[in-house]
Amino acid sequence: MVIYGVALLAGCMLVGLIIGDVLGQLLGISANLGGVGIAMLLLIFVTGYLKDRGKLPEATESGINFWNAMYIPIVVAMAASQNVAAAFSGGLVAIVAGVLAVALGLALVPVLTGKKGDDARPLDPPASAAMPPSRATTSDRS
Amino acid sequence: MNDSIVSLVDKYHLIAAFAVVGLTMYVAYWLSRHLTADRLHGSAIAIIIGLVLAYVGGISTGGSKGLSDVTLFSGLGLMGGGMLRDLAIIATAYGVRFQEIKKAGLRGVIALFLGVLVSFVAGAVVAVGFGYTDPVDITTIAAGAVTYIVGPVTGATLGASSEVIALSIAAGLVKSILTMIATPATARLIGLDNPRSAMIFGGLIGTTSGVAAGLAATDARLVPYGAMTATFYTGLGILLAPTVLFLAVRALF
Repeated sequence: MVIYGVALLAGCMLVGLIIGDVLGQLLGISANLGGVGIAMLLLIFVTGYLKDRGKLPEATESGINFWNAMYIPIVVAMAASQNVAAAFSGGLVAIVAGVLAVALGLALVPVLTGKKGDDARPLDPPASAAMPPSRATTSDRS
Repeated sequence: MNDSIVSLVDKYHLIAAFAVVGLTMYVAYWLSRHLTADRLHGSAIAIIIGLVLAYVGGISTGGSKGLSDVTLFSGLGLMGGGMLRDLAIIATAYGVRFQEIKKAGLRGVIALFLGVLVSFVAGAVVAVGFGYTDPVDITTIAAGAVTYIVGPVTGATLGASSEVIALSIAAGLVKSILTMIATPATARLIGLDNPRSAMIFGGLIGTTSGVAAGLAATDARLVPYGAMTATFYTGLGILLAPTVLFLAVRALF
């Protein structure tokens, strides 16, 4: 049933957030430390385990895949509810600090990635190689 | 008649948000295909439209939640809020190969620490450049350049003025919004096309909403890798900024 997939996703999220919360408390910070990341790892392991035993029927999968496919629309809704006005009215200090942080962060990506080895191969081009990668990606996801 | 439609849409706000976002996506993908010949990704255009709408909404209402402060669009706040966003981010991990994450794991952790440090230093340098001399003010603004959550948490811990805290939130917002736009534009240049660089990117930039939207606009398949590291970033920032990093700033100024 579809709800099994959704419930599995919700369960992983809750367990991950609880662990992240406990980690935060142990370190004495008022924040969730990596709860979402822990939930992602949980989902990878649990679905991998179930799949190996043939216990992940298509209907269950579709409960997870629906939320996976809703990701971009949710991000668009998120963008539309950002406090963009405040970001631009914050003054020059805020703008320069933000811009510099992004510029340095982006510039360091190739430095840390290093030379491309086997493990830094681009993702396989999607089936329809004639299309530019960006467009083919969306068709993958939809 | 008008009133009853408004109150209906207000009552079913989440449903209205689905419709509004669906329409935005349609327009964005249409523009992508017909105006940019697919060079600019449809989801990148959709995110930019979202940001523009958020700006318009924020200016017209004076609120802090962009377009979702407009009564008709209040559902956007729920749809794009932390709860559903995190659920969808976790769902993107489905089908990810753990091997990829393990291989990039150490670099991801290095990227996390380096990312917090570099953003903090960038913010601190700018704050000093603009004439701030109080270590608390410098630390708070610098923490804002980490993320817009680290800034106010740090400021509150250190007892910064509300003016400086507002500034730190603004710095974090600029970072987040700029990441959404600059990531797809620079992806090719910085080699952001594989799981390893996506994990490093997530660790270096860290602002969850920026990373989430930036990767979505670049290649949605990279989202889980970047989100995986980015999710530890804010926590690490809150851990380091008011403690070790503040002590370092105080030692210097």
